[in-house]
Amino acid sequence: MSGQSILGYVRPDGRVGIRNHLLVMSTVICSSFVTRRIADQVQGAVAIENPFGCGQLEPDLEITRRTLVNTAKNPNVGGVLVVGLGCEQIQADDLVGEIEKTGKPVEKVVIQEEDGGTPAAIEKGVRLLRKMAEEVLSQRPEEVDMSNLVLGVECGGSDATSGLASNPVVGYVADRVVDLGGTVILSETPEMIGAEDILANRAVSREVGERIVRTVRRWVELAASHNVDLVGTQPAPGNIAGGISTIEEKSLGAIIKGGSSPVQGMVDYAEEVRGKGLWLMDTPGYDIMSVVGMVAGGATLVIFTTGRGTPTGNPIAPVIKVTANPQTARKMRENIDFDASTVILGQETIDQAGERLFKLVMDVARSKPTRAELLGFREFMIHKIIPSF
Amino acid sequence: METMIEGRPAVVLNPKDNVGIALSDLKSGDTVHVIIGNAKFVIKLLNDIPFGHKFAIRDIRKCDFVIKYGHVIGRAKVDIRVGEHVHVHNIESLTAVHSVCRGGGK
Repeated sequence: MSGQSILGYVRPDGRVGIRNHLLVMSTVICSSFVTRRIADQVQGAVAIENPFGCGQLEPDLEITRRTLVNTAKNPNVGGVLVVGLGCEQIQADDLVGEIEKTGKPVEKVVIQEEDGGTPAAIEKGVRLLRKMAEEVLSQRPEEVDMSNLVLGVECGGSDATSGLASNPVVGYVADRVVDLGGTVILSETPEMIGAEDILANRAVSREVGERIVRTVRRWVELAASHNVDLVGTQPAPGNIAGGISTIEEKSLGAIIKGGSSPVQGMVDYAEEVRGKGLWLMDTPGYDIMSVVGMVAGGATLVIFTTGRGTPTGNPIAPVIKVTANPQTARKMRENIDFDASTVILGQETIDQAGERLFKLVMDVARSKPTRAELLGFREFMIHKIIPSF
Repeated sequence: METMIEGRPAVVLNPKDNVGIALSDLKSGDTVHVIIGNAKFVIKLLNDIPFGHKFAIRDIRKCDFVIKYGHVIGRAKVDIRVGEHVHVHNIESLTAVHSVCRGGGK
């Protein structure tokens, strides 16, 4: 027990969320429009429009299935409606069967099984969801220990201020969360290239260290197998304009946001993180895929640093936006939750800014909405490794 | 590992580094007072250095490592003189497939 408490929704499986979403989720892009139409008609519902679910070879199918199931299992979700088409690879019944294991309410509607097609499916979905809403939205959050918090850390639209100030400030918060018994997830494997030895040296075992090095190397080899240099993608044009020259430079600035704790282990994309402390997840550096992977892995709150300024959020997890670029803090002030440019300007130390950010994290974990939530940013994209067939 | 220096236009993050970082838009011909550990020295900039960008604080020979945060961030593609802008035009990643220094692929 850390003695610090947050406002949590305790789910039947014992996991604790800091939000209480009704989730409407499509099994395949063909049922995504119906999914959105249903969610739009029920207060408190949020739609996840899955872009895949069909035309996939098994390794990708497994990633898609795992991402959907584990997103629905995330304790920020109170109840789930799965919307299927009928003929797709990812079947609604399979998702329902997995999600039900959490003990939370789960319903489904399958378009091809309804008499009348999509209007009938929408009508049935809305009816089922309204009924579920009465139960789920009646749940009140309670005071729980902050060790229940699972924090995902992300950086996107990085510039030199990310590595200089905002990521170290987030690293301070990550260390605080770990010290208080919580969990932190650091992702974006391509942004570990050149910094893998630092992370491997902090691994709790040799096996974990070797897995980190092996996983990072696979991404380097993947780019090389296409005969392309990473520069231009990693770092991206905006990173380069902001002063970042190589992937190694970007990585060294990026991993700081995970703090300095021992690395407990590394999980696959969207795999559930079951332990406390700092964990790595193997994800692309593409921000939305990375955040979605961490949230599927159990992150209930995300801190996202951005030098250039990106507005993105997540359907079910609050995303706190941090910048240390004074110009971005001013120009994108409606999107930025936390201004760390004080560190660049010499007005605050990293620890002082970190303590201030930690207070904001506690507020958000006690229901304060983030800018991304207030502005309605809910991007969702799933990682894939081979073409669609 | 961070050492921000109040009221100064540039910073060097680690004593091992051979690059400094501009903390405001700096102009060619500007002189920058760089502090490395306890040592202070003056560098005359040979290019404009935008906010957040790097400049050499030591001569870096072609294919020598470029060091920031105390770690290797790449290699010089050409000889780089003290005060020069250090960026994609004159350094490359160790992962570079089309490498000037033929170290490509880690």
